[in-house]
Amino acid sequence: MYLVQFLLLSSVLFCIGIYGVLARKNGVMVLMSIELILNAVNINFVAFGTMTNNIAGEVFALFVIAIAAAEVGVGLAIVLLIFRNKRSIDLSTIDSMKG
Amino acid sequence: MIALSTFASEAPTSLVQAGGWFLEKAWIIPALPAISFVLILFFGKRMKYKGAELGILSIAVAFILAICCAGQWIDQVNNAGDHSESQQQEHGEDHEALVKGTQMGDSNEIEMAAGEDYLAFGSTGEDESHGSVGIQPVVEKFTWWESGGRTFQVGIMVDGLTVMMLFVVTAISLLVHIYSTDYVSGDRRYTHYFAFLSLFSSSMLFFVLSENVLQAIVGWELVGVCSFALIGHWWEEKPNSDAALKAFLTNRVGDMGLLVGMIILFWAAGSWSIIDINNAAIGHEIGHSTLLIAALCLTAAVMSKSGQFILHTWLPDAMAGPTPVSALIHAATMVVAGIYMVARLYGVFFEGYNIAGSSFNILALVGSVTLVGAGLLAFVQDDIKKVLAYSTVSQLGYMVMALGVGAWTAAVFHLFTHAFFKAGLFLGAGSVSHAVHSFDMKKSMGGMRKFMPTTFKTFVICTIALMGLPPLAGFWSKDEILVGTGGWGLFGGTGGNGSYVFALVMGIIGAGLTCAYMTRVVYLTFFGEFRGDTHGHGEPHESGKRITIPLIILATMAVLTGFLNLPLGFLTGDAAGWQERFGHYVEPVATYFPLISHGAPSWSLAIFSTIVALIGVTAAGGYFFVKVKAQSPAATELANGLTSKSRVAKAGHTLLKKNYYLDHLYTDIIANGTKGPVANAANWTNQKGIDEAVNQVGKQTTRAATFVYEKIDQNIVDGVVNLSGRASEGLGETTRTVMQRGKIHQYAAIMFAATIIFAGLLIVFV
Repeated sequence: MYLVQFLLLSSVLFCIGIYGVLARKNGVMVLMSIELILNAVNINFVAFGTMTNNIAGEVFALFVIAIAAAEVGVGLAIVLLIFRNKRSIDLSTIDSMKG
Repeated sequence: MIALSTFASEAPTSLVQAGGWFLEKAWIIPALPAISFVLILFFGKRMKYKGAELGILSIAVAFILAICCAGQWIDQVNNAGDHSESQQQEHGEDHEALVKGTQMGDSNEIEMAAGEDYLAFGSTGEDESHGSVGIQPVVEKFTWWESGGRTFQVGIMVDGLTVMMLFVVTAISLLVHIYSTDYVSGDRRYTHYFAFLSLFSSSMLFFVLSENVLQAIVGWELVGVCSFALIGHWWEEKPNSDAALKAFLTNRVGDMGLLVGMIILFWAAGSWSIIDINNAAIGHEIGHSTLLIAALCLTAAVMSKSGQFILHTWLPDAMAGPTPVSALIHAATMVVAGIYMVARLYGVFFEGYNIAGSSFNILALVGSVTLVGAGLLAFVQDDIKKVLAYSTVSQLGYMVMALGVGAWTAAVFHLFTHAFFKAGLFLGAGSVSHAVHSFDMKKSMGGMRKFMPTTFKTFVICTIALMGLPPLAGFWSKDEILVGTGGWGLFGGTGGNGSYVFALVMGIIGAGLTCAYMTRVVYLTFFGEFRGDTHGHGEPHESGKRITIPLIILATMAVLTGFLNLPLGFLTGDAAGWQERFGHYVEPVATYFPLISHGAPSWSLAIFSTIVALIGVTAAGGYFFVKVKAQSPAATELANGLTSKSRVAKAGHTLLKKNYYLDHLYTDIIANGTKGPVANAANWTNQKGIDEAVNQVGKQTTRAATFVYEKIDQNIVDGVVNLSGRASEGLGETTRTVMQRGKIHQYAAIMFAATIIFAGLLIVFV
């Protein structure tokens, strides 16, 4: 098996995701970056699951996809509300909860 | 056990299981006020007396049950002494271990049999006065929950100490309930007040009865909550709610120690049960350093709950609450929770601090420093309740010191007597303030003995009991503590568990101080001229029956309770059976209690401490009377009247009287213009010698006390407390401005960075 290739792919995806979360100011883009991170994890799950012949890896990946769908639903709803209130989804302007 | 056996005069021939309906059903006692709390909360306002009747009823029934418990326990102890075998009863329904016979041998033979909660072992030695039969406490419990193979149980454990506390708590609570119906009548939160009195009584009784330390922690925190709620009863005024917060937060510091200590004990002994923990500690199953650390943690808890130096600062502030609450919670019952906890887990402290055979430990040090420090602080307070508060701190210091030097019975006995006379003093102070609407002795009181004769008499009786003058209650318990220090051995007496000379010295200084500041309180409140202003209500008058009757009962107790524990050798012949009754019934004779040895009472020590006490009275009395005399002729006249008429002067202050006549003689000589050498010499002696000495003692004490209060208490101790507050505030401020800026990206970056660091650590080290 070419496990290393899968791991490389997933870590590249993960890094892109983290870069997106940290550098992007657009809320939707941050949500998409989070999806990338989750999918990087999914690739790892499936890769390791296949390598060890264990169905648990795929099952977990399915769970992650389901949770991610729910999470992105909630996230987009929040972004939508923020847009309605502020006419902008620039995350750097949302700091009214600071201490 | 071999080392310990040197203390034992005799091994027990058998162990008897105590039983009886009232002892086994003792859980009813805390349950009654708990029910009453809920009922008052929901239905109190619709009742005829706004819920007060329910509170009084529940606590009265609890009081009767507590007396029945006490009677049954005394019966058990008596029977056990007579027929050890015939008293063994079966308790098949619960899984109590019924231990028959004796297991001689050393502690290595101990085996924890499955299903048995405790097990007798080894040679439980005891003093001759306690017979040779051990008594197992009544334990009733059920499993609360099980988790991870650990069982958590709830139950009751009743032995002599528990029964004594049940009696004290219910008795004082009942009197305070009755007193409160008058004292807080017309208050805007009358019903709420009674609900919390009920909850407090319930939680204190729950704490006292707890079978395991987990339950004790719950009770401990519950009484803390009630204390918070009742200190802040009049929370509309800022100082009151501040005081409530201060009390709660200061207690949290010690509660941390309690939690950590109890958890250490749990892992060391493998059980939450008080009996198991004590057995393990006494049987040397727990390492000495572990025990020491646990004991130190628990000492922190004692310091906060029982108002010991340096965590005592909350207790004087707690006087912001209604006076009956101060009497019940902050003088007689809740503040002794710390003492009770030490007494309950005495095996841990006794072994952890190695009390037997040493001459110094933290517990004794904390107690003795508190006892003298708080005694000095009491001098400079003008608020009568604050003097009493510092006095309470000082007396709690006595108890902690007594526990620290191994005088277990003396500490518990002092707890018992102190509860009554200190509650009497607080309620008396409340009665005075009820008449003058103030607590300030210097501005609003003075000459109250004319207006409030009953309050005056009861207050003076309780004061004498507190001063420890024979034959009132405080004398017997204080003397026992002084004997227990074992320090008097230097002067020919015999000691207890070690020779704690510093504790003895501090104890005697404290006795003198107590007398001096209490003389000041009595003088400022009840003698001299009335300095207050009744705002057009006419002269102050005596309080009603519901206030004076509890006062009379408490004063009676202050006289009588001391005779419960007459020292050995005090009586002879048939009456000898009345010696050390309290110790005989309260002190456990069982495996879970360490083998403490008792000091032999010493006449010389008793006389010496009484003389010191009288010197304290005389010095303070002399100071005030001389000062008054120098200031105004009218005051002199009043003082003249005082010494010739007052019953106090006749009863207890003979020395004071004599001192005064010396002075009187001297003024006559001067007034007559006699300037002969004798008069001059007498004048000089009087002026420079006696007066100067008295004045100097007074002045220096005041100065020292002011110094301690202003510099040490207000600056250093409060400063440390404030500093810790400011430090955490500063840290929070820094964190807020640097870390919590509301930038989501920054948060995310910190989170990822932390994850990477921890992941790195995981890879490197695991």
